[in-house]
Amino acid sequence: MNARGKVQRLQRKDLLGLEYLSRDEIELILELGKSFKEISERPIKKVPTLRGKTVVNLFFEPSTRTAASFDLAAKRLSADTINVSSSSSSVIKGETLLDTARNIEAMKVDVLVIRHRAEGAPHFLASRLGASVINAGDGCHEHPTQGLLDMMTMLEHCGQLDGLRVLIVGDVAHSRVARSNIWGLKRMGARVTVCAPLTLVPYGLESMGVDLVTGLDQAIVDKDVIMVLRIQLERQRSGLFPSLREYARTFGVNRERLKRAKEGLLIMHPGPINRGIELDPDVADGPYSLILDQVTNGVAVRMAVLYLLSGGEGARDEH
Amino acid sequence: MREMNTEKRTKGLLLKGGRIVDPATGRDEVADLLIEAGRVKDVGKLSAAVDSDRCEMIDVTGLVVAPGLIDMHVHLREPGREDEETIESGSHAAVKGGLTAVVPMANTNPPTDDQTAVRFVRERGREVGLTRILPVAAVTKQQEGKELTEIAELVDAGAVAISDDGVPVRSAELMRRALEYAKMFGIPVISHAEDPDLSADGQMHEGLVSTSLGLHGIPAAAEESMVSRDLILARLTGSHVHIAHVSAKGSVELIRGAKAQGVRVTAETAPHYCTLTDESIAETFDTNLKVNPPLRTQEDVQAVIKGLVDGTLDVIASDHAPHSIAEKEVEFPAAPCGMIGMETMLGIVLTKLVHGGHLSLSQALARLSLGPASALGIEGGTLEPGSPAHLTIIDLGKEWVVDPSTFASKSRNCPFTGWRLTGLPMLTIVDGRVVYTSPDREARGQRAKARASAKNR
Repeated sequence: MNARGKVQRLQRKDLLGLEYLSRDEIELILELGKSFKEISERPIKKVPTLRGKTVVNLFFEPSTRTAASFDLAAKRLSADTINVSSSSSSVIKGETLLDTARNIEAMKVDVLVIRHRAEGAPHFLASRLGASVINAGDGCHEHPTQGLLDMMTMLEHCGQLDGLRVLIVGDVAHSRVARSNIWGLKRMGARVTVCAPLTLVPYGLESMGVDLVTGLDQAIVDKDVIMVLRIQLERQRSGLFPSLREYARTFGVNRERLKRAKEGLLIMHPGPINRGIELDPDVADGPYSLILDQVTNGVAVRMAVLYLLSGGEGARDEH
Repeated sequence: MREMNTEKRTKGLLLKGGRIVDPATGRDEVADLLIEAGRVKDVGKLSAAVDSDRCEMIDVTGLVVAPGLIDMHVHLREPGREDEETIESGSHAAVKGGLTAVVPMANTNPPTDDQTAVRFVRERGREVGLTRILPVAAVTKQQEGKELTEIAELVDAGAVAISDDGVPVRSAELMRRALEYAKMFGIPVISHAEDPDLSADGQMHEGLVSTSLGLHGIPAAAEESMVSRDLILARLTGSHVHIAHVSAKGSVELIRGAKAQGVRVTAETAPHYCTLTDESIAETFDTNLKVNPPLRTQEDVQAVIKGLVDGTLDVIASDHAPHSIAEKEVEFPAAPCGMIGMETMLGIVLTKLVHGGHLSLSQALARLSLGPASALGIEGGTLEPGSPAHLTIIDLGKEWVVDPSTFASKSRNCPFTGWRLTGLPMLTIVDGRVVYTSPDREARGQRAKARASAKNR
């Protein structure tokens, strides 16, 4: 790594989005994630790397996998962690986000992992706090560690991201997963196509460097990876598409449709899955599904991010 | 109050050696200007002819003498949110910004929707006695968009226009009736042009930036479609509609077209729509940039400036919208819309539009004085003898840095913090009375006095 003049550290306090990361920075995180993955496979899944550091998970939206994943990642590096969720926080008592965060910071924490429904909430805190802030999902904006774990998973199975053909299917307009993946994948040289009903595509999406199509059958044909997004019921209620039934028929990924795909097309989904709507169970559980690999890699990539933001360095040549 | 004015009026005031710029007549020359009895008495080479015992004299050499600036779109928050602004603090901010009249909108709490409320605002303005406070009254009771207010009584009480600004009049039928009814009194209906369905949940302009930030967008169509509706209703009724805070290219084009067809429409934009774009929100998520209508694209900014140049847009108004720090110091979607602007408007217009080469000084002053006076059908906007002595004296070359901590406004939600501007009001004169002198000018005056007394010794 040194020989190629690659970056060894993250020269930043916070991880707010993949839009802001360079290719070198993404590579550093992914490579480190790969070496951290092995720790989770040991019988004793713990290293002392972040002993004495404190990580607070501040989740203002319900989350199972992301909260658990960050917590495990921190614990496997021996950091102390606490988890604050909106139901147990003083937000219920009318405290502002900034006050809540400042109070937690006053207890001398090193890293604040935040999930919030407001786009920009992590940026708002990051510019006002000394602690490192990691965006664990802000509204419809970004979910950078999800993008990283997705790229790590693709890299693991495809060998490289450069030139990889990735299809994202579903509600891109409201998806922070889609935005982080688009920024990250584009930065790494992948070719990204989006397939969605036009009511779920934000204005000028192509300006982010993606191709936009509406016919799923044609779109599938030449792709290496298909990433299926969760469709939220309330989008149908607010009139963005006529019915779940029609959505499933038009944009649902099922075995019949995949007959047109290249051999070995990989299936990804950020979860939780609406089985039978955007993704059929036999595809979700099929041989080419990487859905559980994504979850496994989530812990590894978050370990890498926690480690680097705490001042850690990338792997040396001898590693 | 009244007595003091009378006393001042008998005394007379001579402004000596200023550059008189009068957009109403095209006059632009160095001359003296004499004020008597609250009115402009004479303009020309007057120094010798004036009896200095009966007349106070102010040397304004090197400064521009302009018709008093009128800000026809402000929010003074009284009654209801006196923590954010009051008529008193707003008046101080106004005269500091060179504004000899301001037009507060009706979305106070309770709304300015009956004659008592209108009289209260007028009365408070008179008690403060700085700038003239000319209230707008609501179009509909409680601004609920259901029933017309008692417009005849509101006009009687001193309302200069009607508007539900803050929210649109959703019903086209009700807007039609408001236009017809208001026509009897010669007042405009000011349209807050926004389709509330198209803008629902919107946080910023719908465009490439909202797409990358994931913030729910407000399409330009939300404004354009309502502008279009209200232009059609103005044509139907033959009434005068005034389109507030134009931000979108499409709106400028619609208004230009309607004017060409003879529709009775005037229109306004704000300094931020001539200078800021949605790009500024990226990365910072600065809530001081959250405003309604939202900051749009460079293309819109250029179209708005073009509209000011060709007169499609008659007025620049600040849409001064104070919000407390507590309300703005939150995550972006939780913040209210609005930015303050009375104290920066002239500086922004001079720096970005006049020194920036888009508008002549006379054009800019027209959009800030004659334009609003004509839109509201009130006196003002000229320096011709006989006109009321509302004047703004400007140092065109004065350089300053925007620092909200020095503002007279109670609020600090200013998007221009740190901007270096050129051009600042030095004196604000209302009814022939100096209501504001800039600290620079005061310091200079004291130094001059000190020099004079040193000489005498």
